[in-house]
Amino acid sequence: MTTTPLAGEARPPTTEPGRAALLLSGVTRSFGDVHAVRGIDLRIEPGEVVAFLGPNGAGKTTTLDMVLGLGRPTSGTVEVLGLEPREAVSRGLVSAVMQSGGLLKDLTVRETVQYVASLFPHSRPVDAVMEDAGITAIAGRVVAKCSGGEQQRLRVALALLPDPALLLLDEPTTGMDVEARRSFWSTVRRDAERGRTVVFATHYLEEADQYADRIVLVAQGRIVADGTSAEVRALASGRTVRATLPAPSLAELSALRDLPGVDSVEVRGEHVLVQADDSDAVARHLLTHTPARDLEITARGLEDAFLTLTQERPA
Amino acid sequence: MSLTTPPRTGPAITDRRVPPLGGFNTTVLGLELRRMLRNRRTLFFALVFPAALFLSFGSQSDWDHSVGNGNVAAYVMVSMALYGAALIAAAGGATVATERALGWSRQLRLTPLHPAAYVVTKALVALALGAVAITTVNLVGVAQGKPSMALGTWVACGALTLLCVLVFAALGVFVGYLVPGENAMQVLGPGLAILAFLGNVFIPMDEGSVVYKIAEWTPMFGVAEISRAPLTGDLAWGAVPNAVGWLVIFVVGAAWRMSRDTARV
Repeated sequence: MTTTPLAGEARPPTTEPGRAALLLSGVTRSFGDVHAVRGIDLRIEPGEVVAFLGPNGAGKTTTLDMVLGLGRPTSGTVEVLGLEPREAVSRGLVSAVMQSGGLLKDLTVRETVQYVASLFPHSRPVDAVMEDAGITAIAGRVVAKCSGGEQQRLRVALALLPDPALLLLDEPTTGMDVEARRSFWSTVRRDAERGRTVVFATHYLEEADQYADRIVLVAQGRIVADGTSAEVRALASGRTVRATLPAPSLAELSALRDLPGVDSVEVRGEHVLVQADDSDAVARHLLTHTPARDLEITARGLEDAFLTLTQERPA
Repeated sequence: MSLTTPPRTGPAITDRRVPPLGGFNTTVLGLELRRMLRNRRTLFFALVFPAALFLSFGSQSDWDHSVGNGNVAAYVMVSMALYGAALIAAAGGATVATERALGWSRQLRLTPLHPAAYVVTKALVALALGAVAITTVNLVGVAQGKPSMALGTWVACGALTLLCVLVFAALGVFVGYLVPGENAMQVLGPGLAILAFLGNVFIPMDEGSVVYKIAEWTPMFGVAEISRAPLTGDLAWGAVPNAVGWLVIFVVGAAWRMSRDTARV
């Protein structure tokens, strides 16, 4: 994909100061006995790039569907730029790139863009959007013959046609290789720098970490953490202390467990791994009260934070 | 944030309009037509096949026998035009279900396109394709030279056939939902052939026979009677209720399946 800005000279429409790009208040959604979304309150400001991070089945897609007006909340309200979602969609203020499907196989790339462009009264020019999305070279190709990455670029083009104020991306890089994924995100970031609000759902932790200003972590239909990547990581606070300690005695292990702030102690062969809030205390204890050596202290990655926060609430 | 400085340059959201006519436009209409005309299999069965049937049935020994205001060849020509038009309209209707299966209708729901505008577009495409099928068989008839009827009768038959095509567009949508994916045509193809036999479209049946008594209730019987009425000068009393009844059944059936499908979209 090219790295040219997605929107060229165009700028996404702006709202009056103080109005949220997206506002969810007490939103729930149930399908019979299945409670997909159990109460989400969220305010996203214009220009933010937000990752909606969570395991499969966390309620990410259900929530995005409600933002697009494809599903109604069982209770609570959803506002996009102060408007009801369907109203925002019909004015081209919010658009989305879906996970898969959503294309007619028998149209060419250009015809697909023309089709959708004709539905918006203020659509950006077809050629400019195709250029921005890097699909000019494949304009005459039938969609059925496009690769997964090419089809995804076409979906991006369709989403950018109305020049939306809020762009939703639902697991947008599924099936892309590393290079395609990197260039996809650099394109989205450049686009966001000119003021477009971007919300993307993902279960790739590194994507959320690298490309979002803010991470909203969802699990089992609720927000379990909300903040910058560093803040979310700090929520599942603590570090891992790893040391070589051959054949530790039971007394040594229980002494480690009894140290203040220790979450867990694990023995792996000749090594002992201690998860703790106060890693200094653990390190001091290991070096002074045991024959431990080769000490390593590492901060927990976002992956650990993710696992801790999403697994804390049993279903 | 100071209220005196605009936050960013760019149009205000209040500049954004909703398209007129629910998003209905000629670009979409043209692209939808092009899609159908690109499908060679549909074109063969809807254009080439009925014309070939006409050439064989309409050239039998009794072709110049008189029928109402014309001859047997004209009667066969009108019947075959109806068959071809019904087939292509049903194929068009079936694409609605295929599009939902592909997720295209979900993509369209991210645009201002109103569902009513979508249905109107699909109906117009079915009518346009029906007109192509009717014109094809009629042109073959003109070229062959055997059909004979007054020009007014000729035009009236064509126009009534076109109107009747809507019944089969609705049938196509309904069957498209009952038989998901791209297999709908494999049901519609043989199904419409059977209905055409029962509808007195291919070979005239003996009036008063048991088969005829049953056939009078089938979906192509009424529309065939109506399409040929200007030629035969005669319209069985049950023809119009039959056509309207089946149209209502197919539209209700299609709407019922469509609404059940909405939860998935």
